[in-house]
Amino acid sequence: MENLVNIFIKSVFIDNMIFAYFLGMCSYLAVSKTVKTSTGLGLAVIFVLGFTVPVSYLIENYLLKEGALVWLSESFADVDLSFLSFIIFIALIASMVQLVEMVIEKFSPALYSSLGIFLPLIAVNCAILGGALFMQERAYNNIGEATAFALGSGVGWFLAIVGIAAIREKIRYSNIPDPLKGLGITFIITGLMGIAFMGFMGIKL
Amino acid sequence: MSAEKEPLFSSKNIKLLTDPMNDSNPITVQVLGICSALAVTVKVKPAFVLAIAVVVVMAVSNVVVSLLRKTIPPRIRIIVQLVVIASMVILVDQVLKAFLFDVSKQLSVFVGLIITNCIIMGRLEAFALNNKPWQSFLDGIGNAAGYGAILIIVAFFRELLGSGTVWGYKVIPESVYDFGYENNGLMILPPMALIVVGAIIWVQRAKNKKLVESN
Repeated sequence: MENLVNIFIKSVFIDNMIFAYFLGMCSYLAVSKTVKTSTGLGLAVIFVLGFTVPVSYLIENYLLKEGALVWLSESFADVDLSFLSFIIFIALIASMVQLVEMVIEKFSPALYSSLGIFLPLIAVNCAILGGALFMQERAYNNIGEATAFALGSGVGWFLAIVGIAAIREKIRYSNIPDPLKGLGITFIITGLMGIAFMGFMGIKL
Repeated sequence: MSAEKEPLFSSKNIKLLTDPMNDSNPITVQVLGICSALAVTVKVKPAFVLAIAVVVVMAVSNVVVSLLRKTIPPRIRIIVQLVVIASMVILVDQVLKAFLFDVSKQLSVFVGLIITNCIIMGRLEAFALNNKPWQSFLDGIGNAAGYGAILIIVAFFRELLGSGTVWGYKVIPESVYDFGYENNGLMILPPMALIVVGAIIWVQRAKNKKLVESN
């Protein structure tokens, strides 16, 4: 249990998706104009990450890895399908996003209409595919750890986008040099927030 | 029929190639493909390799999608595009693993992330679906080169100031260090990539007034 909490905290603060790996920057920059919409997108990302990463973990370990197919028959012991992981993960993410969209539409129309266009956009959010690929690279021991990592990364992404949205709402009234307005200053603020987040780096868990 | 008589390098086509370098640069103006752009720019070499990989993936998938543009049903076009991109990325990844193993290790997940690099999807959606293969090819090369240019500029400054080298070779002479010059360790850290890109945007927009945002 302690181990799971550690992985969660680590992926929220130390290995933050945005500040340490720059994943999901496109939607982060495009959607962070108001706090309200960014909260919706952040929640959707937590949701989709929490679904896709554990499922990709199962696929990785029972279908793709070298020797993963042994449960079917002993003769598959040396089959290595890991080169297929990109295409399978992206197909999984696209279909998961579609599924999540349909489920939300059915059971919570209010949430569905407030998320609107952001749900389908998550399919091409690099944070999701990045989550699946980091899970593969770091070789977590069991599905619990993979889920903790996924939820932690989602929460980290959520914190980052809500934070920058709040700052952007404030700086609308600041006197910024013209060429730096909009995109430029957002980049620089994200960089400064990243430096602040690096304060967590020394923490050993 | 006039389109067929158009020379291969007419001024319109050249514009497709050069526009993304400045006026419609994928990173600084269209804000596409930031994710991978920032994480691999600590050193020039991996940045260069990733830029080449993106050029290849982008040019080929632009051509493929452009050839298929009349047969792809609009409802499922996103899946088709993802499959085309993903198969190209798998090819590039396997080639990198075979010939440039160290660099491929350094790039780690970022080769795979070319798939979700919004710049590729974005250009497929915005250009290749409505244009002929040759124009799409040029557009792909142009945009990927504009992307690569930013990547290499950022990597150049980060490597030069952060570790005093370019492409792994020392360029800052030892005597400068004797005077008390120190490498700026901050430049190697991830957040500085954002600040360097912010500075590039500042310089570019100061020179090119029409890109300035009103907000």
